[in-house]
Amino acid sequence: MSQITTEEIESRDRGDAGLLVSAAHAARLSHLRKLEAESIYILREAVAEFSHPVMMYSIGKDSSVMLRLAQKAFHPGKIPFPLLHIDTSYKFPEMIAFRDAHAKEVGAQLIVHRNEKALQAGANPFTLGTQKCCGLLKTKSLLDALTEGGFNAAFGGARRDEEKSRAKERIYSFRDSHGQWDPKNQRPELWNLFNSRIDKSESIRVFPLSNWTELDVWLYILAESIPIVPLYYAKEREVVLRNGSLVVIHDRSELQFGEEARLVKCRMRSLGCVPCTGAIRSEADTLPKIIEEMISFRRSERENRAIDHDEEGSMELKKREGYF
Amino acid sequence: MSTALATMETFDSFLQQELKKDLLRFTTAGSVDDGKSTLIGRLLHDAKGVYEDQLASVKKSKVNRSNGLIDFSLLTDGLRAEREQGITIDVAYRYFATARRRFIIADTPGHEQYTRNMATGASTANLAIILVDATKGLLPQTRRHSYIASLLGIPNVVAAINKMDLVDYREDVFSRLGQDFQELAAQLGIPTAICIPVSATEGDNIVDPSGKTPWYEGPTLLEYLETVPVHEAASVESLRFPVQLVIRPDSTFRGFAGQIVEGQVRVGDPIVALPSGKSTNVRSIVTFDGNLDFAGRGESVTLELADEIDISRGDMLVSPPKQPTASTSFAATLVWMSEKPLVVGQSYLAKHTTRSVKARVTDVRHRVNVNTLAHEAAVDLEMNSIAVVDVETSQPLLFDLYERSRSTGSFILIDPISNATVAAGMILEVGSGSTTPARHLDSRRVDSSESVTAVEKFERHGHGPALFLLPGAEIEAAERALFAAGFETIVLRGDLLRREHFFQVFELLYSAGFVVLAAADAMDTKIRREIQQERAERTVFDVSSGADELSSSELNLRVLTNARSLRLGTHAEKGE
Repeated sequence: MSQITTEEIESRDRGDAGLLVSAAHAARLSHLRKLEAESIYILREAVAEFSHPVMMYSIGKDSSVMLRLAQKAFHPGKIPFPLLHIDTSYKFPEMIAFRDAHAKEVGAQLIVHRNEKALQAGANPFTLGTQKCCGLLKTKSLLDALTEGGFNAAFGGARRDEEKSRAKERIYSFRDSHGQWDPKNQRPELWNLFNSRIDKSESIRVFPLSNWTELDVWLYILAESIPIVPLYYAKEREVVLRNGSLVVIHDRSELQFGEEARLVKCRMRSLGCVPCTGAIRSEADTLPKIIEEMISFRRSERENRAIDHDEEGSMELKKREGYF
Repeated sequence: MSTALATMETFDSFLQQELKKDLLRFTTAGSVDDGKSTLIGRLLHDAKGVYEDQLASVKKSKVNRSNGLIDFSLLTDGLRAEREQGITIDVAYRYFATARRRFIIADTPGHEQYTRNMATGASTANLAIILVDATKGLLPQTRRHSYIASLLGIPNVVAAINKMDLVDYREDVFSRLGQDFQELAAQLGIPTAICIPVSATEGDNIVDPSGKTPWYEGPTLLEYLETVPVHEAASVESLRFPVQLVIRPDSTFRGFAGQIVEGQVRVGDPIVALPSGKSTNVRSIVTFDGNLDFAGRGESVTLELADEIDISRGDMLVSPPKQPTASTSFAATLVWMSEKPLVVGQSYLAKHTTRSVKARVTDVRHRVNVNTLAHEAAVDLEMNSIAVVDVETSQPLLFDLYERSRSTGSFILIDPISNATVAAGMILEVGSGSTTPARHLDSRRVDSSESVTAVEKFERHGHGPALFLLPGAEIEAAERALFAAGFETIVLRGDLLRREHFFQVFELLYSAGFVVLAAADAMDTKIRREIQQERAERTVFDVSSGADELSSSELNLRVLTNARSLRLGTHAEKGE
C-alpha cells in the first residue's frame, strides 16, 4: 500500500465499526480487513457467475459472520440469494428462535428443509449411530433441498482450520451430480481466479470463510457487534455427562437409563444437534470473556462434536458423500 | 498465544494488538524425505498452534513413522490416502498466529508429479520455505522448487537447511549449502533469499536459537517469519479495479462492485472505463459501513461514477495515466496442470481478472526443464510442464505484465469441454499482434487501386510460404499440427506429384502464401531433383530423410520447429 495519510485514516474512523477501523488503519490493512475483503470478493464472484446461488445457514457463529459479509458485499442492494437451513429437528430451540428473528431482521428469504420421510421413519442418532443419522438428516436432506431449489452454487461457512480434510478443500469446491466431493480430483485454485464452469446437475460449494480461524471469527463478531445465538454464552444449564461430553438436557425424557441431570455453568463452543453437541464448562458470559477463554484453550473447537470422532477420518468420508 | 495473553495487561490492549496484526502467507516445498511435514508440525507445535486434543489423536493413530514420541508430520497430513502412503498429496492450508503476526501456510507436496500443487500454493504466497536435506545437499528438486517460487513471483525465499543433527551441526556443511543456494537464488533473480540451519525433529532454530549451532547468528525460522516485511512493493501505482458486478437496487443507485487490485482511489478522481475508453469521475466510494473518501489496494468497495456510462462485469476502471495494455495477443509462461496435454490451436477459455474470453495457444516457444532450467523444443505440453507460449484471445484482455502485477498479469485456462482448470498463466510480454487480420487492415492506408501484393497476403496469414517434403504416412498428422498452430496448409497428392504441372500448381499456392505439404515417397524422382535445385529460391524443408528413426511426435516437432521460422513478426526477427 502506498502513502495513506493520517487524515485519511482518521476520516475513516466511523462510529459503527470504529474499533476495528481505528486499529486496522495503521497505514495498511490488518489481517481481519484482508480476510473481510477476500470474503466479499468471493461472495460477489459467485453471485456474478452462478445463476442460482443459495447460502447454507446453520445458525452458528460462522453463519452469522458469513451473513454479515453478504450484507456488506451487496450493499446498498439486498442479499441476492435465499438462506437455506437444513433442520434435523434435533436443533436447540434457542437456535430456531434466533434463526427466524435474524433472517427477518436482515431481510433475507429463508428456506427451511427437513428430510420428513426419514424423520417419520424415526431417524435418530441413538439407534442409527451418528454416521447414518447425519447421512439421512443432513447430507441427504441438503442434497434434496439443493436439487429441489435448482441451486448450482451453495455458500457454506466452513473454515479450513476446523478439521484436517477441510484444510485441503478449495474455496470453490466442485461437486458431481450426486453432490460428492472427490479429494483427489480437485481443480487447482490459483491466485483469486475461481473456475465456476459446471455442467447441468453439477454444483459448486463456495466457502468464503476458508481462510478464517476460530479466533478471527470471534474477533470479527466483537468488532462488528454481530448477533449470535445465546447458547454461546455461559450460564447454568441442566446437563448430563455422556461419553465424556456434557450434553444439555431440555426435557427429562432425554435422559438415558441411570443418568441424572445436574446444573453446570457451561456454554456451546460450536452449535449442532442437541444429542451430538456437547457443552463445555465455562464462565465466559460475555464476548471478551469468550475470546479470552478461547485463547487460553488448549482444545480445538470441534472436539465436542461427536460426528468427527466416530471413526478416524470420518469428516472426510462425510464430505465425499456430499456433506459440507 | 497463551503466553501472549499472559504478558498482556488487559483484554483491551490484547484486543488492540490482535486487531493490528498483519497477515503473512507462505508456502513450503521439499522432497518426500526432506522432513517438510515434520518441520511444519514442529512449527505449529512449538508456536503453540497445536491444540492438546489434536495431539492426543495423533498419539492414538496407528501409524508412526518417526522414532520419537510424536510424529509431527501426522499433524499436517490430512487425507486418509496420505496417511496410508505417508506422503502429502495435495495443497493443505494451515493457520497459526504468534503475538506478532497471523500466518497462512500453503503446504504443498514435493514430488515431481505435483508441480501444479506447488504452483497453486505459491500463487498466493509472499514467502516460500524450501527444505534442503543437509545430508544430501541441493537436489534437482531444490532447483525446481526455487524456480517455481521465482516464477510465481514470490519475493522472499528461505532455505531451511534441515537435518543438521545428522551432520553434527557442522558449520562448514551449512556454509557450503548456503553458498550453493545463494548462487541458485541469484541465477533465478529471487530478490531476498536467506538460509537457516535447522533440525525439525530436534527443534533446533525453529522457534528458539539452538545451543548446538553457536556459529549461527541469524534469526530462527519463526523469528524470520515474524519480522519479514509482508507487503509487496506496488509496482503498478495507478488504479486497477476489475468490475465484479453492477449493484442496482433501484433506479436511483448504480454502483460497480469490485476489489482494488492495484493502486488506490479517491472521491473525485478521474477514471477511465476499459475497454470502452470512456472517462468520468468517481462520485462516491460506497461500503456497508458508510461512504469513504479514499480506498486502497486490497479493499472491496463499490464505486459510484459521476456519469452514466455503459460498464459491466469484466470491464476495468483505471486511472488515466499508466493504463494497462489492452491486447488480444501476448506471450506467457504456462504451467500445464491437466493430464490431457495442451493442443496448440485448440480453443480454451481464459479467465483473467473478472473477464472470461476464448483463447488459444498459437505456438510453444520452448519448454523449461524444471530441473536444469534448460530451454527445450516442444510441440505439446504434458501435465506439470512449464513453457513459454504465445496466446491469442477472442476479446482483448486488460493486463499488466506478471512481474509488475500478480493480479492483472495472471490468468487460468479452462477446457471448455471438461470444465477442468488446465493451466496457470503468467503474462511475460505484449504480443506482436501480427496475426490478427483486423489490425493489419487498420494499420495501413491501402490504396484501393493497387493490386494486392504477395507480401500483403503473407502478412494476413501471419507467415510466409514453404514446401514440406514428408513421408506419406505422416502427412496428415503433420498437416493437423501445422494447421492447429495457425498455418494455412494444403496437401498435394496423387498423380500431381508425378506430372510436370506440379510446378505450376505449386507456384500458385506458394505465391498465395500457403504451407504446401507433399509426400516425398510418392513423388517422381525427376520432380524431386528439380525441387532440390529450387531450394535456394524457395523455402523447402525436406523432413523425409532420416524420418524412419523418428516417432510421429518427434517428426511433428521437427516440422513445427522449421515452420516457426516462417512466422512474421518478432519471433523471426529474434532468430529463435
